[in-house]
Amino acid sequence: MKTVLSESDIARTIRRMAHEILERNSGPFLLLGIPTRGVSIAKALAEAIESISADTCEVGQVDVGLFRDDRDTRKAKPIAETVIPGSVDGRTIILVDDVLFSGRTIRAALDALSSFGRPAMVQLAVLVDRGHRELPIRADYVGKNLPTSLSEKVRVKTMADDSEDSVVIE
Amino acid sequence: MRHLLSTDELNRETAIEILDSASQLSRLNEDTTRKFPTLQGKTVVTLFYEDSTRTRISFELAAKRLSADVINFSAGGSAVNKGENLKDTAQTLEALGADALIVRHSASGASYNLAHNGWTSAAIVNAGDGTNQHPTQALLDALSLRQGFNIDDGKGLDGKKILIVGDILHSRVARSNLALLPTLGAEVEAVGPGSFSPGCKYANLDEALETKPDAVMMLRVQKERMNQPLIPSDKEYSRFWGLTEQRVKKVPNCLILHPGPMNRGLEISTYAAESNNSLVLSQVKNGLAVRMAVLSMILGGKNETI
Repeated sequence: MKTVLSESDIARTIRRMAHEILERNSGPFLLLGIPTRGVSIAKALAEAIESISADTCEVGQVDVGLFRDDRDTRKAKPIAETVIPGSVDGRTIILVDDVLFSGRTIRAALDALSSFGRPAMVQLAVLVDRGHRELPIRADYVGKNLPTSLSEKVRVKTMADDSEDSVVIE
Repeated sequence: MRHLLSTDELNRETAIEILDSASQLSRLNEDTTRKFPTLQGKTVVTLFYEDSTRTRISFELAAKRLSADVINFSAGGSAVNKGENLKDTAQTLEALGADALIVRHSASGASYNLAHNGWTSAAIVNAGDGTNQHPTQALLDALSLRQGFNIDDGKGLDGKKILIVGDILHSRVARSNLALLPTLGAEVEAVGPGSFSPGCKYANLDEALETKPDAVMMLRVQKERMNQPLIPSDKEYSRFWGLTEQRVKKVPNCLILHPGPMNRGLEISTYAAESNNSLVLSQVKNGLAVRMAVLSMILGGKNETI
């Protein structure tokens, strides 16, 4: 097990990503995290954006379990909460997840979003991009590019879910 | 989870997992009427050897909301009338590609046989077998109770006292709840006239209500399953064990459940069924969400090896 990002690394990375988001967009922002860890990261990004600008952020979450295309290869998971503040129609949405890997979660998230309406634009922010994409999907904001082998596991831990902030490779 | 046959098989963790999924689905069902692609390409057969309105329709709608293809099979008007047995029917349906069979049968144990005798590899969901079990009914009752008591997701029904009243003898709903509700931490007592509920300590519903239950679940008097007269008359049953207006007023904070179809004026009065404490319609609504949760859990993931 190797720690790739420490608590202070993550705080700095989140601040940098917040600046990048502000460079490309103007608020108000709607950040939607993908449960479980994506939600904590969306909240952290929203806090950072609000601390360095006058823009306001709304944070929601979207569960993608019902929309996955690879359910036959995974154990069924309980359905997590979906909360979308207001409507998605005509808004710029920033999807937030902890790790970008095959891209299948994001594909499912895009399907889930379109079942709620038609956003004007969807952007993707991830804390870690570990490669090995199976679909033509890329992130707009990346915390850290982390080349990995398929046998490795990347774990993002957040204060809210694991009582510490860190990224480790196992 | 490969099959859902009985609430005896559910541990607390799995039961709460199903309730939590169902509660998220019931919220999603209110926000959007769109379908979810979860079970695309799967075939679900509702195999009903007994009459049913709400269970069959709600299973059918649940499967369709998850984008499964649904075939409705009812014994009347099928080859069953020509003498085909359960095994052959199940194997025929499997040969046509059924991934799940939702089974209602008048014989207790019919679903268990289908799941464990190697007749079919389809997933089996018990939608009521004789006087034995009706697991999705108990799950939707538990969800309605949890909402009625304003208990958060992730939790059980700890410390709540629930009275199941009436025809315990013939009731698969009672048996399913008697297994599930205590698993979720509730204290459950089954009461009724001696012929329905042997060993009952109370002479009538008034005495039973003095124990201050948090909820009462009224059971339907199932005349179709009685092959001998077990109650002297409808009027007498209602006088001793019916949930009348006066009785509802004695327990103003007690929630009221009934699995339906109701015999109004017999086990439950119209006043009780339509009072503010009645969960009868929320039970029907939760039925859809619970069945979606069960189907997505059974069919919407990698099959665990048996």
